[in-house]
Amino acid sequence: MSELTVGDVVAQRTVHLTRESLVRYAGASGDFNPIHYRDDVAARVGLPGVLAHGMLTMGLAVETIVPWLGDAGRIVEYGVRFTRPVVVDAEDGAEVEVTATVGAVDADAARIDLTVTSAGTTVLGKAQVRVRL
Amino acid sequence: MERVSVNPELVGRVFPPTPPYLVGREKVREFARAVFATDPQHTDPAAAQALGYPDVVAPPTFAMVVQDLTLQQLLAEPDSGIALERTIHAEQRFRYTRPIVAGDELTATLTVATVRPFGKGAMVTSEAEMTDATGAHVVTAISVLLIGGEDA
Repeated sequence: MSELTVGDVVAQRTVHLTRESLVRYAGASGDFNPIHYRDDVAARVGLPGVLAHGMLTMGLAVETIVPWLGDAGRIVEYGVRFTRPVVVDAEDGAEVEVTATVGAVDADAARIDLTVTSAGTTVLGKAQVRVRL
Repeated sequence: MERVSVNPELVGRVFPPTPPYLVGREKVREFARAVFATDPQHTDPAAAQALGYPDVVAPPTFAMVVQDLTLQQLLAEPDSGIALERTIHAEQRFRYTRPIVAGDELTATLTVATVRPFGKGAMVTSEAEMTDATGAHVVTAISVLLIGGEDA
């Protein structure tokens, strides 16, 4: 891991979210906001559809690099901005694509930048993970 | 003049520590499955022990489960001016001393770091510092909430 070069892609995956994924995350996290599973509530508050929890997107994004890191304890800092929602269609669900790229390297740490998109749009901004080498 | 319904005097307010949250192995497994965390360190105690941890390692964003207890405190504060239905989660950050593992007993203490006017509402940054049963720091969770103004 000491031979990281800025621009290297270290991990990549696509996660298929369904309404079941959202209900599962609601139960696991305790976030039962109905905009994450009820079309009628989402429509009433003016949303384009039922949305994935931002914290679900944040959580699955960072997990993309854990197998590469080998130890989640190498992560010293992780931050994101929730820039665009992930709309999860009742029948088709949604694809979330994650690409992890080396953003910066210094003596004992690196910054991994996560590019997270759904339906061709970036959904997390400044998604950066600082990892110990 | 900008009208901010969020109480600016919240800045610097420190909330009472939350009751200890005992991190269970099955809860970690359930959360890992929910965030598509496939690495065995999250589900297999032997894999976690091989890395030097006493039990399964929680995914990095598991800290949100405990942070949420502090956000409930903030929402329940009678003079906060923060209403859940006008609140948008804008940013989230975690700073780790070590990962959360099953068996941890975590206590979180919330501090309101900043309240800034934003449009007709306000942007509130809060920091929840989580410590284990020995009082040692585990992780700090920082949330930026956008609270819409009453007319927004």
